[in-house]
Amino acid sequence: MFSPSSQSRKRDPPTPASEDPLSPPSQRSRAHDTSTELQPMPTSPAMDTAAQDVSLFSSPMAPRSVLQSEVDASSPLMYGTPSSRVEGTPRSGIRGTPARQRADLGSVRKAPQVDMHSEPSFDFCEQGAGQRLVIWGTDVNVGTCKEKFQRFLQQFTAPNSREEENAGLDLNEPLYMQKLDEISVVGEPVLNVNCSHIQTFDADLYRQLICYPQEVIPTFDMAVNELFFDRLPDSVLEHQIQVRPYSALKTRNMRALNPEDIDQLITISGMVIRTSQLIPEMQEAFFRCQVCVFNTRVEVDRGRIAEPAVCRNCNTTHSMALVHNRSAFSDKQMIKLQESPEDMPAGQTPHTTVVYAHNDLVDKVQPGDRINITGIYRAAPMRLNPRQSQVKSVYKTHIDVIHFRKTDEKRLHGLDEDGEQKLFTKERVAMLKELAAKPDVYERLSSALAPSIYEHEDIKKGILLQLFGGTRKDFTQTGRGNFRAEINILLCGDPGTSKSQLLQYVYNLVPRGQYTSGKGSSAVGLTAYVMKDPETRQLVLQTGALVLSDNGICCIDEFDKMSDNTRSVLHEVMEQQTLSIAKAGIICQLNARTSVLAAANPVESQWNPKKTTIENIQLPHTLLSRFDLIFLMLDPQDEAYDRRLAHHLVALYYQSEEQIEEEHLDMAVLKDYIAFARTSVHPRLSEEASQALIEAYVDMRKIGSGRGMVSAYPRQLESLIRLAEAHAKVRFSSKVESIDVEEAKRLHREALKQSATDPRTGFVDISILTTGMSATARKRKEEVAQALKKLIQSKGKTPAMKYQQLFDDLRGQSEAAITKDMFDEALRALADEDYLTVTGKTVRLL
Amino acid sequence: MPTVHDWINNPLAVVDGLFAQSNSSPDWEKKVVEYFKEKLKLNDAHTWVPSLNDVPLYYLKPNSLVKFRCMVQDMFDPEFFMGVYETNDLTSNSKQVKCGKYKDITVGGQVDFNSRNTVTSERQTFYCVPIPGESQWAKESYAGTSQARVVPSTSYVPNRHKRSYEEDDEMDTQPQQLKDVSQGTQSSAESHGNTEPKRQETEAPSHDSSSAHCTSSLDLNFPLPGEKGPACLVKVYEDWDGFKLNDMLEVFGILSVDPALSVIADEREASSLLDPTEVTETVEEQRVHSPPPSLVPRLHMLYAQPLVHNNPLLPSSAPENNGDHLSSVLGELASVRAELHTYLTHVLMGDSLAAEYLILHLISNVYSRRDVLPLGKFTLNLSGCPHSSPYTEHLYKVIQQLVPSSYRLCMSLHNMNNQRMVPRKDYTANRLVSGTLQLANNTSLFLDETQLEQGQLDATGVRNITALGNLISWQKVDYDFNYHQMEFPCNINVLITSEGRSLLPSDSQVNLRPTLNPPNLEEYLSAVQVAQVPSQFNKYRIYLSGARALNYTISDEITKAVEEDFVEMRKDDPQSMSAEDLHRLLVVARLLSLSHGQNTLSRDGWMKAKQLEALRISRTQQQKSLSGNEP
Repeated sequence: MFSPSSQSRKRDPPTPASEDPLSPPSQRSRAHDTSTELQPMPTSPAMDTAAQDVSLFSSPMAPRSVLQSEVDASSPLMYGTPSSRVEGTPRSGIRGTPARQRADLGSVRKAPQVDMHSEPSFDFCEQGAGQRLVIWGTDVNVGTCKEKFQRFLQQFTAPNSREEENAGLDLNEPLYMQKLDEISVVGEPVLNVNCSHIQTFDADLYRQLICYPQEVIPTFDMAVNELFFDRLPDSVLEHQIQVRPYSALKTRNMRALNPEDIDQLITISGMVIRTSQLIPEMQEAFFRCQVCVFNTRVEVDRGRIAEPAVCRNCNTTHSMALVHNRSAFSDKQMIKLQESPEDMPAGQTPHTTVVYAHNDLVDKVQPGDRINITGIYRAAPMRLNPRQSQVKSVYKTHIDVIHFRKTDEKRLHGLDEDGEQKLFTKERVAMLKELAAKPDVYERLSSALAPSIYEHEDIKKGILLQLFGGTRKDFTQTGRGNFRAEINILLCGDPGTSKSQLLQYVYNLVPRGQYTSGKGSSAVGLTAYVMKDPETRQLVLQTGALVLSDNGICCIDEFDKMSDNTRSVLHEVMEQQTLSIAKAGIICQLNARTSVLAAANPVESQWNPKKTTIENIQLPHTLLSRFDLIFLMLDPQDEAYDRRLAHHLVALYYQSEEQIEEEHLDMAVLKDYIAFARTSVHPRLSEEASQALIEAYVDMRKIGSGRGMVSAYPRQLESLIRLAEAHAKVRFSSKVESIDVEEAKRLHREALKQSATDPRTGFVDISILTTGMSATARKRKEEVAQALKKLIQSKGKTPAMKYQQLFDDLRGQSEAAITKDMFDEALRALADEDYLTVTGKTVRLL
Repeated sequence: MPTVHDWINNPLAVVDGLFAQSNSSPDWEKKVVEYFKEKLKLNDAHTWVPSLNDVPLYYLKPNSLVKFRCMVQDMFDPEFFMGVYETNDLTSNSKQVKCGKYKDITVGGQVDFNSRNTVTSERQTFYCVPIPGESQWAKESYAGTSQARVVPSTSYVPNRHKRSYEEDDEMDTQPQQLKDVSQGTQSSAESHGNTEPKRQETEAPSHDSSSAHCTSSLDLNFPLPGEKGPACLVKVYEDWDGFKLNDMLEVFGILSVDPALSVIADEREASSLLDPTEVTETVEEQRVHSPPPSLVPRLHMLYAQPLVHNNPLLPSSAPENNGDHLSSVLGELASVRAELHTYLTHVLMGDSLAAEYLILHLISNVYSRRDVLPLGKFTLNLSGCPHSSPYTEHLYKVIQQLVPSSYRLCMSLHNMNNQRMVPRKDYTANRLVSGTLQLANNTSLFLDETQLEQGQLDATGVRNITALGNLISWQKVDYDFNYHQMEFPCNINVLITSEGRSLLPSDSQVNLRPTLNPPNLEEYLSAVQVAQVPSQFNKYRIYLSGARALNYTISDEITKAVEEDFVEMRKDDPQSMSAEDLHRLLVVARLLSLSHGQNTLSRDGWMKAKQLEALRISRTQQQKSLSGNEP
């Protein structure tokens, strides 16, 4: 890609009479006919130029709309040295390393230096005080800028940095010097610089970087190379180090881009929707004279190659021919970026922007990736027709990308809370904190949740805690793996108790929510399926609802209608929080750290209070035990409740929207509150809280042991911990305190009271949920089996008996009514003991 | 007769004039908008502006002021343009500062890109289509009120064009009368004096046929199949965030149809080889974003009026005025309602209960949302319609006559499996490909389930059914953006006709019980229709649109009574009255009150609503036991 002679492109800095084939006069004539279409577009005399005047330099501002090249050509000050190529300082280290053209900066744009003092004829430099050398059209002084940046690299420390990229670095040492060392070790000559670091270090330098990236970044390159080869003169790099700034705070949202951002450094986030094929872009054309075989090189100037009309060697006209093989090309790729759905106002369609990636940034992203890009915003006029002078008065805009940062990259590997962190303004944070400080914040938030649904306070509280989630704990080192932090909730109850509505609400509230219906989803729809990409014909993995709602909530309606097959995939997801896939040659394990909010209807369409939860919804207990909270949503059928319900519903229909607003927190606040808590609050158990938890657990176990039952399992303890943590998060507290534990206990008890009460005895019996059968039921089952065994033994040595006969005998003998089911169960129990076998209608002893 | 005004024929002169006066102070932009707003406010001035909806494009003068009644179908990316630019005139060697706003192409001489006077501005492009499913009567009535005098570059007389419309249209049961009233004596004289050759002249380039021709090569992306009319790229200069997808607008703007705007595809490709910077757009994208202006004209918006409804018989302004308007007719409101009820009873073969519910359905409207719950929707399921009989088609025609926009969706297996209902983003062409469910607010969607036959729904079919279900239950459509879905709230009145109970959810199911059994259905129905005087139809239309827009409150006293009642009802039998039933009852009570022109719920209204519901439920239960007896 790079011609071996690329070093020769480096010329010594200011040489007035350049040997460049583009001698000023010839360029001028060209400029005339090409300028209409391809020159960089002038920005409006933006207001920010005025604001920038408080700069370090006293040099006056040139209106940026005046095109540089026009002056290039006509001015005697044409030094012919683009700043991007000033890298060739006479040092051994740098000289040995080829400079690489920065296509992302539009390296061809000429930016000669102007000595402002010596040239007072320019009307805009007359106030120039002192020997200031600034890049034309900017207030950037290369020397000062370079020195400042070097100082920044040498001195900047970020002791509080939590960034992933700084892992393994000593945060108290200068950060970027360590990174330079890293470069020399790894050999990847790219230095990523966080713009916010520059901002904290030197606000003026930051402003220059944002406003004149095209001039400042090459200066940075120069600075960093000097520094690098000073420190490590023996390093061998593929090419000179390139500086890639990221996280410019100028813009975050694609919608906010406006004409004032043109030619500035911006950072926007979005989703890649399309990438083009690789486009080879000519950087330098190689011409050979057909007559005398004289070679010459011409650099691309604003997308055009100026073909030399005359051979400089033999003076033959039109004898130069382009030799493709020896021309230098760079890679280029067009990427379409679409606004992320979270950034969009309701009722509008997302915007898209064209982004160009150059050189090694090509093919770094795929469609579907969520990325943050930092780059220079460009606009160029469009022409209607190559042969017409008329121009469509519209500019084409694109972004030359300098830095990509995938926001969802790390989701595959681990936690990535800050990647998708929403940026809150200070006022917003203050507002949220103020809200959090209120003593009744928990109640407030829970009542703000789905206000159109009446009462069910505890259910709403449970869902609220689910939205916040517990704290993630990593025990991989001790072999236990990740501890689940997500809270799973199951709602069961009569049809028409607005379960679906609650689910819809939650789905609309959380950024990464998925909504499926048990009837309509298959196992693959939930997990992942492999399909052939229609374009590339490759097998690709398409993820289903559970994977998509990683870090979010998966709402599953009509949970009971799900096929067993489908439900079985939930076992892994709900405890291990992963999904293992082995199909079509693809074997992998995906993260699915999703909270499940499920709703189930009773099998008999109406809840039967005489039956246990398991019997009512007919779900396997293995699955049920994975839910932290199981709530019953029943129609209470009492008068006071009816009255309040009616009042609530009628109010729904006559209150105006303003009244509603006043009464409740609006959804946006709730959303922000949750997002903020999820990203910035990570509560830990306090000593006092752990004691309370232990006591609670012991108490729970005690209840059962009195009756010879197990009433709590470690899973319940884990649930309690999660709930307590979530409650602490609601308060924005970094410590879990005993009030959190109290609430967790209360909520857990409430849920148990509803779902795990044995209808026969009226006691709470956790084994209903953990084993699918209450202890009393199990006891009775054993009794029947024993009675049957006795009956058979009393019959003496008969090897075979009639089934019906035996059943009738047992019924006659027993005092309590024995159903056929019970009889069958007893037979099965005895068969398990290898005491008898049942074949058809006969029972044989073994 | 109004004289032709300069600001209609040459609005750009006004813009340039104001720009020249301004001395580059930025407030000239506001002045321009103000100027046109003022002009349009003058007595009926907006009726003088020719409308793209009823005047064929080739009769309109380029760069003149036109209006367009449309729905925002897609929003393109914002674009930067030269708000102010300077040109070099090569002949006189003079420089001129010009204004680029409201124009697509620079004029006069070489543009100096390096001028300091250049101002870059931003504008947004909307892709607008005529309101989907707009009824014929609404279109005609709008066209009838227009007093635009288009100065013809061809031998165009507006009246004659309208004649060709009449002849095109078989479904038009509207007699001549309406148009004659609005157009005055001159038009009737004209229409009589129509000679054969003249007629040919007007019909040959008839817009309908020409657009039908061209759509084969260029998809105009109308939400409903078989739609006609121009699509338009509307350039919006200010407050574009205020517009939403599927909004109905009346846009006043400057028409731009410069043929230079159309880019021929192969020329494009040739040039893209030359210049790699040009490949930002694919050919598909080019076609969509810069279609030939003869098919998709550009409209530079000066001013847009959001339309609350598209009923030409009501003033289009804010809803509070509507209330006044309706109360002026309120005197006869009771009689109009009674007549409409009788008419619908006849149409529904003598079933007066179903007619009552149909009225309630027709005036229903999502007036508010509480978090995810839409309030005020009233989806009606008319069960008991005969299978595969032309009856539903006739019923639809009746509804079409009453509402300003509607669409009948035959739920045949083929349709369900093949029709694109949910709009989908096409990333290659970078546009939102429309679907049947992309409809403007208050459109009546008529789902004909009697057309459903046995068979299997494929993946598309299942998705379509889910989308319809979501539309009915939550009044939202999830547009498919390939990588994610986006939810767009909507407000569509869904009426389902089915044989048994519909497979889709509905708020209320009424079992049709005909008391009449006419031997010839078609004759009977057409007789019923003919019996209605056309002016009667207009009354119905005003009534339906007006009642929908009324305000509604419930007093505290009634609230108490309703609560009591609910508690009482639950005491007797908790199963019979769930929260959901109360929801429905409240909606029925609301609609019933509104249909009688009452702004507030009265005790009487509540009782009536209860009776109505009781009647309906008993009928459904009877039907159940009846069908239960059948094998």
